[in-house]
Amino acid sequence: MYLLSDTWLLFKSYLQSTLRQPIWIGVALFTPICYLLLFAPLLEKMITGTGPGKNSLTVFTPGVLVMLGMFGSLFVGFSIIADLRAGVVERLRVTPVTRLAPLLARALRDALILLVQCVLLIVVAYLMGLKADFGGVLLSLVLVVPMGIALASFSYALGLLLKSEDAIAPLLNILTTPLLLLSGILLPLTLAPEWLQGAAKISPFYYVVNATRALFDGNYGDSAVWIGFVLVLALAAVCVYWAASIFRRATA
Amino acid sequence: MSIIETVGLSKTFKTRQGLVEAVKGVDMRVEKGEIFGFLGPNGAGKTTTMRMLATLMQPSGGRAMVAGYDLAREAGKVREQIGYVSQAGGVEVAATGRENLILQARLYRLSASRAKERAQELIIALQLESFADRAAKTYSGGQKRRLDIALGMTHQPPLLFLDEPTTGLDPQSRAHLWEEVRKLRNEGTTVFLTTHYLDEADALCDRLCIIDGGKIVAEGTPDELKRQVAGDVVTIGLDTHNGALKQGQDLLATQDFVREVQLDHDHLRLYVERGEQALPLILRVLDGAGLNLQTIALARPSLDDVFLRQTGRSLREDEA
Repeated sequence: MYLLSDTWLLFKSYLQSTLRQPIWIGVALFTPICYLLLFAPLLEKMITGTGPGKNSLTVFTPGVLVMLGMFGSLFVGFSIIADLRAGVVERLRVTPVTRLAPLLARALRDALILLVQCVLLIVVAYLMGLKADFGGVLLSLVLVVPMGIALASFSYALGLLLKSEDAIAPLLNILTTPLLLLSGILLPLTLAPEWLQGAAKISPFYYVVNATRALFDGNYGDSAVWIGFVLVLALAAVCVYWAASIFRRATA
Repeated sequence: MSIIETVGLSKTFKTRQGLVEAVKGVDMRVEKGEIFGFLGPNGAGKTTTMRMLATLMQPSGGRAMVAGYDLAREAGKVREQIGYVSQAGGVEVAATGRENLILQARLYRLSASRAKERAQELIIALQLESFADRAAKTYSGGQKRRLDIALGMTHQPPLLFLDEPTTGLDPQSRAHLWEEVRKLRNEGTTVFLTTHYLDEADALCDRLCIIDGGKIVAEGTPDELKRQVAGDVVTIGLDTHNGALKQGQDLLATQDFVREVQLDHDHLRLYVERGEQALPLILRVLDGAGLNLQTIALARPSLDDVFLRQTGRSLREDEA
């Protein structure tokens, strides 16, 4: 089984490269932390159902975790374009390396970075007075990993298909804005009119946010939780499969 | 013995403008232990051919045997036998040269300790000692190129592909790299390289192909190819006004000692048997016709003359 050893070797190498420029880990954190600091306080009076053991951050923080995935993992496709141009992808293709390993190693590295970012974000939220079920918070972090793999793989596939920063930037912006608003990240969609609630059901992030909210509430048995997990795992599998097939054919 | 043999190798790309035939049936042989050059202008199909031979691209037609294996059916086996250094190189720039080499060796399934040893061997062989432990993004062009080649040689392949190995290097680094390539050849590696530099093909390659528009137009050693042109080349500059060039061309073409005259922008190019004997004759003819000579130069034929004869264009023009 060379897949595991190849993936591990590349994962270590990619992680090392990332850690040499730790600034990027913080850059992706910037926007979500702004929301946490500058937007969450506005919600205090708007969000109903807060009570003992619950506050606006209980509702808001799960959404910000997903937002972090969007601003971090969904934008990794930029790096593959640079790698493609530098011949990095091609050099691996003439080695006996398992064909799936370069993608998987990258996506796992990105998922790990996302996990670290989420932990930092939750620490900030706790410092701001987050009240949440601790076990639920930990389970949400488990959910974040396959989400990171799915988003990163999707982004790499786009990068390899478009091969140009000029093409991927607008596309990602076009994708993220409606996804962000439709997923109920900023405000729960229970506040939304019916058509908007219907539209939200198209966005996979809607289910992820629902799942993490239920977990933060400590409602492990809520159907939103298993729906979220199943969806994210399925999404990760599909995205990895798709991206891997594009990686196999990728040329500069 | 041939290490590469192709028959009718071709590649057609689908683009929005329709089908583009990048490589139109290449037949060639590369012998074991030689430096074989693929010379041609940009867009001639050099890189495409090399990428097909290096298993990076599926041929649209034809067959090829590379290092004893069938390219179409045994790509994995071919990959074990070849090293490939693309134009871009493919170094992980955030990592050091040594880290790049160790990772590459590990991906070729060497054990951790053996990979370290191999990296050190390559560092010594390609003289990377002074910078191997710095991040690759700090390297000069020549340093990076040597690391690229070291990466391609990690698994000691009998056949190494180098795509435009000296493009963008300063003259000193080029000379250094040529030395490295010769050293590899002397140690038994067959080197297949592409270049659009005439002097590189001439000085470095044991044998070469000239490729233009996806077709091979000439093949042989640099000397053989130059001998095809035969004789010497005299370049004459005339007053370009009032049709003097054309007049000169017609006049000289009728002379017995002139094999061929070509009009090349603002000057005439004459192929003659013995340059030193032809010069005074040329002067006399032009003077007799009242044509004003501006410059005259005599040269032994170069590969550019070979290219010019075969394609009617100068390789130098394409560079500009």
